Amino acid sequence: MSFWDKLRGRQIPSSREIAKERLQLVLVHDRANISPGLLQTLKDELIAVISRHIEIDREGVEITFTQGKRYNRLVANIPVLGARGSRKTRRT
Amino acid sequence: MPARIITITSGKGGVGKTTATANLGVALALLGRRVVTVDADIGLRNLDVVMGLENRVVYDIVNVVEGVCRLRQALVKDKRLAELYLLPAAQTRDKSAVSPEDMVQVCEQMRNDYDFVLIDSPAGIEQGFRNAIAPADEVLIITTPEVSAVRDADRIIGLIEAEGKGPAKLIINRIKPEMVKRGDMLDTNDVIEILAIDLIGIVPEDEAIIISTNKGVPVALDDKGQAGLAFRNIAHRLLGEDVPFMTIKDTSGFLGRFARLVRS
Ligand SMILES: Nc1ncnc2c1ncn2[C@@H]1O[C@H](COP(=O)(O)OP(=O)(O)OP(=O)(O)O)[C@@H](O)[C@H]1O
Ligand SMILES: [Mg+2]
Repeated sequence: MSFWDKLRGRQIPSSREIAKERLQLVLVHDRANISPGLLQTLKDELIAVISRHIEIDREGVEITFTQGKRYNRLVANIPVLGARGSRKTRRT
Repeated sequence: MPARIITITSGKGGVGKTTATANLGVALALLGRRVVTVDADIGLRNLDVVMGLENRVVYDIVNVVEGVCRLRQALVKDKRLAELYLLPAAQTRDKSAVSPEDMVQVCEQMRNDYDFVLIDSPAGIEQGFRNAIAPADEVLIITTPEVSAVRDADRIIGLIEAEGKGPAKLIINRIKPEMVKRGDMLDTNDVIEILAIDLIGIVPEDEAIIISTNKGVPVALDDKGQAGLAFRNIAHRLLGEDVPFMTIKDTSGFLGRFARLVRS
């Protein structure tokens, strides 16, 4: 964005910024070879396996990607329901 | 010293693999190295015309693989540089005429007689690409600063790593400084940040490349002009010299137009 855009408080991203953001997003999926559909399957199976051993809040489970330099991280956030109230555990 | 076998590849087509192979061959030969450029794009032979050697082609790489001729007989000697040779692709056959093992065998035969073997890969990730990277010691990936080309380059980087041929080095081609300036083109840093590999060269968009291809005289032979300089710089970096990356001049303004008028 040019100096003048900033001065006028305009927040129009340049096509370069748009390109960069789109690339970063698409590459997260390309690199991990994981489609949104596969992500859902992973989530369902994780819930099934874990709830065989621990009582968890199925609705609260979140699976996301975080991007590193060349490696990406699959992060599962699984709220555990226990006798002493719900507690959050984070597994990566 | 045995030759270094370097493959130039990209994933996406038309981003400058053949142009880069021809010019790096010329630039290394200008530095006194013995160089063979290999056209691995079987069925779509092009390196011969880009180097201006199409009239000298007698045999091709498929003839060598099939034992029709010896390697020596298929090598085309450059018109201008004494230590530059081309191993042409076959034009009337397809990629399956050569296997990755054949490529390794042919390239290994050149190991002791030359300093560099530069392989021009076809686009894509199929057999032609597999053939081109099989003999490689090192891989250069070329991309343009565009979303689709960078995405494909990323895929290739992954494949090269998986083959144990990494880490590849990156050439960014066809940068247009005036577009970068107005925020309409990814810049060098954006591309490196996204791909996270080492840069070995940036080549500006330059009409001289099209003119030079028309004539069959690679731009690296011309000591004026930015694209030629960019390729000669890459050759120096391949030899381990620490050459600073050039700042690509914006020639679109009034002064730039004037400079171009004076130069042409
Ligand atoms: N820096 C540049 N400035 C201007 N034109 C360029 C530049 N680099 C390449 N070109 C032009 O782009 C076209 C494609 O280049 P080239 O044939 O080298 O690409 P390629 O990657 O080998 O293509 P293919 O995938 O078909 O083998 C050619 O017409 C070439 O002249
Ligand atoms: Mg080509």
